[in-house]
Amino acid sequence: MSDLNTFREEARAWIRANAPRSLWGTSGSGPFEGYWGGSKETASDPDILEWRDRGIEKGWTAPSWPKKYGGGGLTLAHEQIIHEELKAIGVPRPIAGQGLAMFGPVLLKYGNDDQRADHLPKIARGEVRWCQGYSEPNAGSDLANLQLRAERDGDEFVLNGQKIWTSHAHLSDWIYCLARTNPNAPKKQMGISVLLADMNTPGITVRRIDLISGYSPFCETFFDDARVPAKNLVGKLDEGWTIAKAILEHERSSIGRSIARQPGSAEREVVARARKHLGVERGPIPDPLLRDEIASLGMLDEAFHLTLSRIEQSSQGSMPGPEGSISKIVGSELKQRRFELGMKVAGIQGLGWEGPGFDDDDLEYTRDWLRSRATTIEGGSSEIQKNIVSKRVLGLPEGKK
Amino acid sequence: MSGRSAPSLLLSDEQEMLKRTAHELIRKRAPAARLRTLRDRKDAIGFSHELWKEMAGLGWLGLQIPHEYDGLGLGFFDLCIVLEESGRELMPEPFVSTLLLGTQALLLGGTETQKKALLSGVASGEKLVSVAYEERGSRDFRRVETVARASDDGFEITGEKVQVLDGHLADAIIVSAATGGGMPTLFLVDPKAKGVTTTQQFRIDGHSSAIVRFEGVAVALDSLVGELGKGAALLQSVFDRASVGLAAHMLGASEQAFADTLAYLKEREQFDVPIGSFQALQHRAVALYTEITLLRSVVLAAARVIDEQPEDVPRFASLAKALASETFLHVAKEAIQMHGGMGVTDEHDIGLYIKRAQATYMTFGEPSQHRRRWAELHGY
Repeated sequence: MSDLNTFREEARAWIRANAPRSLWGTSGSGPFEGYWGGSKETASDPDILEWRDRGIEKGWTAPSWPKKYGGGGLTLAHEQIIHEELKAIGVPRPIAGQGLAMFGPVLLKYGNDDQRADHLPKIARGEVRWCQGYSEPNAGSDLANLQLRAERDGDEFVLNGQKIWTSHAHLSDWIYCLARTNPNAPKKQMGISVLLADMNTPGITVRRIDLISGYSPFCETFFDDARVPAKNLVGKLDEGWTIAKAILEHERSSIGRSIARQPGSAEREVVARARKHLGVERGPIPDPLLRDEIASLGMLDEAFHLTLSRIEQSSQGSMPGPEGSISKIVGSELKQRRFELGMKVAGIQGLGWEGPGFDDDDLEYTRDWLRSRATTIEGGSSEIQKNIVSKRVLGLPEGKK
Repeated sequence: MSGRSAPSLLLSDEQEMLKRTAHELIRKRAPAARLRTLRDRKDAIGFSHELWKEMAGLGWLGLQIPHEYDGLGLGFFDLCIVLEESGRELMPEPFVSTLLLGTQALLLGGTETQKKALLSGVASGEKLVSVAYEERGSRDFRRVETVARASDDGFEITGEKVQVLDGHLADAIIVSAATGGGMPTLFLVDPKAKGVTTTQQFRIDGHSSAIVRFEGVAVALDSLVGELGKGAALLQSVFDRASVGLAAHMLGASEQAFADTLAYLKEREQFDVPIGSFQALQHRAVALYTEITLLRSVVLAAARVIDEQPEDVPRFASLAKALASETFLHVAKEAIQMHGGMGVTDEHDIGLYIKRAQATYMTFGEPSQHRRRWAELHGY
């Protein structure tokens, strides 16, 4: 333990000495906040790029990955400390995104040596951005119903079908996706494999999707006779469902965490909006019912953060189990409540879509409120999460669906 | 909490052991069904003195009491471990009156003489100390009708306190009474003193309590607990600690009511299947589990904060008490509903939980009072 305490001091000192001042207090330091990298990255702020480079040099873009793959060779407990110390001063991770948070850990566990050596260093250096091909138009909550066909042809798989909700596909270099390699398997969970594809492969096309909130990074990705080398199969043929489930568990807890931000910030944000729109600069907010609602949100937010800390402390950062579902359920509902309350205090000034008569930050807030309706759906709906907790944590018998 | 990492929310090996020992003893010796028996015979004590002494022998009553008063000198965190287990079987033993109210009032405001006279007796299970602060119809502990008039050599207390926990059994009672300007002051009173009468009361939750009347009860100057006119602030600090301890008890109670309900969902069959296979019930069970998970984090943090971050105690105390109140009552209501008709019978233990839930909900402030305080502490 004292070793970790010493490390915390070191990590704190290094971060404070190396993170450019302009980045302090700008981020919740979550796994999906900040610089994502890849060939289509457009970030040009020299401080962001410098922070990226210092992170790479230190091996702290992926602290727990082996050094030979561009990581820091540390334990998950050390990695957690680094992330806590970043969060303490609101500095983003040097590189964020799917590759580091989701795909990398899976490849470390299930990939072969060649795949790791090919892909991990490029992720750790922010050179390649990854997206995830999971959902399909007919495979949402019932993910195992997926239909993207992958047929073996010599040294290649030929992909035909469609993915949906592939976030950032239009800005990504590679995709890891679930495909049906055996349509005749006795159960739909069988016969699924994990395949990696270069987004430049002929036959892969991307169309972006707008949401009720307007622009979004969600895409549809189409595969028309897209040929992928057979060596891009991760794990065993037809046994990808196990990997898929591990990724999903990881995703749930990551989403919960990424919603988390700083403790107390949800409450401060709503209070600030209430002050602005009610014209009360200081002192108590005059409406006691509103005050009660905000306090209720603040308390839930604090309880949520303490629970995330408790999960982290007890697991020492290891791969999350079904408790990730709890963080997803609570985190997403908390986010929605925050925006609902923030909209309520704004009155009709929250009704703007664009143009004159509305402040920019109010317009943005309204879009974020609309966007927040998706948080209880994406990454496994709250209902699916509750099914998982019911079965795997509470041990309740499976019923008819 | 901003800018600071969260307090440690894990138990040490010794603390895990304490929890297991407490769990086993309480399960074996103090099943919740006792409450019905004690109620039906209008038991004059309302709990088991023998069991209380036995727990003293194990060191549990003096866990947080300093060495110099014959306690173990551990933290409030350790005490909360036992309190949580006491909640599982809704123990009516005098944890709240003596360990949470009396002991904390003495530790925070008592004179050396007062502490010497009482705390080692508390640790050994010989003495009960309660705090008398509730009055009929009172909603705010800062406003008291009971008065303490200055006399030649001290004060004379007159008034009536109600639902004084273990008030008819206490060896010492700390009472709040208005002194100059109506400000409350706390006094240590010997219940055997002239002018003190106690009448046992019976509450829904089986917690032993009494009406305590004071008719011109003479107390000396050295019976002040804390400073003259500063009783409200001292009581608030006592309630903050007591709220966290009570929240631990409520957490244990919520856990047990939920565990019993979960077992029932798996065993009770209707339409030829266990009712726990119905999604309508599964999702509600998950909601309860989620609330309890959040409450556990909050209670652990609040207990730790009392030992390590005194400046954060008010915030965490209000957080813990508000959440514990909402969660426990919600769990208790759902537990009855999921038990169906059996849930509303006197014969089944699950109905005992809603009674304790309502009583604890109303003790040390109900949730909206704590949310108001939370808002004040956060500057809005």
